[in-house]
Amino acid sequence: MEEVLTDAGIPVKGFYGPADASPDYARDIGDPGRFPFTRGNFAGGYRDRLWTFRQYSGFGTAEQSNQRYRYLLERGGTGLSVALDLPTQCGYDSDDAAVEEEVGRVGVALDTLRDAEILFDHIPLDRISTSFTINGTAAILLAFYVAVGEKQGVPRAALRGTIQNDILKEYASRGTWIWPPRPSLRLIADTIEFCAAEVPRFNAISVAGAHFRDAGATAAQELAFTLQDGVTYCDEVVSRGRMTIDEFAPQVSFFFYTHGDFFEEIAKYRAGRRWWARIVRERYGARDDRSCMFRAGVVCGGASLYAPQPHNNIVRVAYEAMASVLGGVQSMFTAAWDEPFALPTEESTTLALRTQQILGYETGVTRVTDPLGGSYYVEALTDEMERRVVEIMADLERYGGMVKAVEDGYVQRLIADEAYRAQRRLESGDKVVLGVNRFQDPDARPLDVEGYEMEAGDRARQLARLAEVKRERDSREVARCLATLKVRSRDDDNLMPYLVDAVKAYCTVGEISNTLRDAWGEFQQPVVF
Amino acid sequence: MGARVLIAKPGLDGHDRGAKVVARALRDAGFEVIYTGIRQRPAEITAAALQEDVQVVGLSILSGAHLSLTRKVVEALREAGAADVQVVVGGTIATGDVSKLHEIGAAAVYPTGTPLPELVKSMRELCSRTSRSST
Repeated sequence: MEEVLTDAGIPVKGFYGPADASPDYARDIGDPGRFPFTRGNFAGGYRDRLWTFRQYSGFGTAEQSNQRYRYLLERGGTGLSVALDLPTQCGYDSDDAAVEEEVGRVGVALDTLRDAEILFDHIPLDRISTSFTINGTAAILLAFYVAVGEKQGVPRAALRGTIQNDILKEYASRGTWIWPPRPSLRLIADTIEFCAAEVPRFNAISVAGAHFRDAGATAAQELAFTLQDGVTYCDEVVSRGRMTIDEFAPQVSFFFYTHGDFFEEIAKYRAGRRWWARIVRERYGARDDRSCMFRAGVVCGGASLYAPQPHNNIVRVAYEAMASVLGGVQSMFTAAWDEPFALPTEESTTLALRTQQILGYETGVTRVTDPLGGSYYVEALTDEMERRVVEIMADLERYGGMVKAVEDGYVQRLIADEAYRAQRRLESGDKVVLGVNRFQDPDARPLDVEGYEMEAGDRARQLARLAEVKRERDSREVARCLATLKVRSRDDDNLMPYLVDAVKAYCTVGEISNTLRDAWGEFQQPVVF
Repeated sequence: MGARVLIAKPGLDGHDRGAKVVARALRDAGFEVIYTGIRQRPAEITAAALQEDVQVVGLSILSGAHLSLTRKVVEALREAGAADVQVVVGGTIATGDVSKLHEIGAAAVYPTGTPLPELVKSMRELCSRTSRSST
């Protein structure tokens, strides 16, 4: 009989029974809210608190994005997720000629604190949590947020949100790196310490597997690479000897893609909670169970969406959202059906938000925590997912750790192998995708959509504002802040207070990034395919 | 000697799944493939194209910045006296932009979802049209 496999290549049987699941309920499964949290972080689950509806959004200028955020919040969004343009992510200013076509394109352009002030205008930072998909320049964006909070009169202790701040996966799969691994890890540890001490309700890091996944990794690789990155960051902080695991681990969160293999995704989140809890307790000796919680945000869509018959993507995203919720995640972004083509319209992004709201308010799946707990199949798949993750992480440790694995291109090659395998499965028809290799529409025509172009006027406004800020700021204070930053970048002081000073003096993202480039150099990418 | 192709990622966009899958498919189909890695400036892509003596430069762009970036690479190649090197473009490309890319000088455009066999066939035809400058 032919073997039936999940998307990650896990063989599955026709049905499962009592012999397939772990016999030790307390040790391996346990009630929700109890270590090892397989069944969820909180006993009350979504009854007590729904997941956060957090739609990734941002484009053009700060004014335009501010309008979109207020639009989403007015329609029941409960958190913000800021998309930044690539110059901001890679540490360049909008007036840098080498990156002119990227300004305001895939996200909002933020050059100085002035832009950040406009971005959050009329958005109460003490009541709305904000997630920033920012990595290379994450520490600078954190400084922006703290400074905007101050201007709004919101104390640091009341700020809630997340910076992604996960550079290792940038080296391996997303590409917005700036500096080499060593100083980057130091800066990440600085932000973790800073948040633990001063911004206690803000997640200093959201260790992200999503980008491994969208680059081609399987669900098991996604989870394994992510947890290995998490271990690398925790090792970095713990090895400094200034903080124990329990002082910062509750502010470490995670971020994943939910793709289309329904039960595999559910098993992934359940296995992730259990294995991370065990790592934190066993490897680091955590005493506080809150340190052991694997809190995950997710995105549904990405590479699981397809261009032909694009409205099918609405259905795909809805199933992915359901799997995420049955997996017990903490926040969710549902992509719009037109994501394969261009930035979403107000209409498509609203429909994506409504998809989550229907799930949360209409379907009743929120009534009971971990409703699939005890399913012979789901428990067996959770066990198998964990086993594979443990194996992949052991392989990375043997290789010499995650830093070496991304510097050498080892992880990149593993991901490229899977991406190629997936493409061949698609073309052979082994992996069925409607509209692509099954039930194609004979008279299908490509959808006629316009790509997003920043209007010339908006671009000019961004450049004019940057020029104005540069003219009006105290240039001696700017020079002093950058000089101090440079000196401190070479010792082991926490850089965050100096970064906060620099952004308050209206130093630009590019100036700060270049100061650190001068001190630290740039990452040298291994080129593999 | 087989057809030589440079797969390049201009701009700041780091999504290189498509670039790598295409590079492998071309290699499996008998092409000699060089990949630049991500975040390459037009001058760097041109230098690599000349040094590697390729017939085709394949640009992969998912950020939406394909019009400007393609124009810059086409111009950089022309200025370097390599106007005979053909430029093709793949990625997230809105339907309306395909003809614009041709006007800019792209010999072929492969929007997301182009089947690999189709892409390989098209690339083979392009390479057979271009004679190699190498001696």
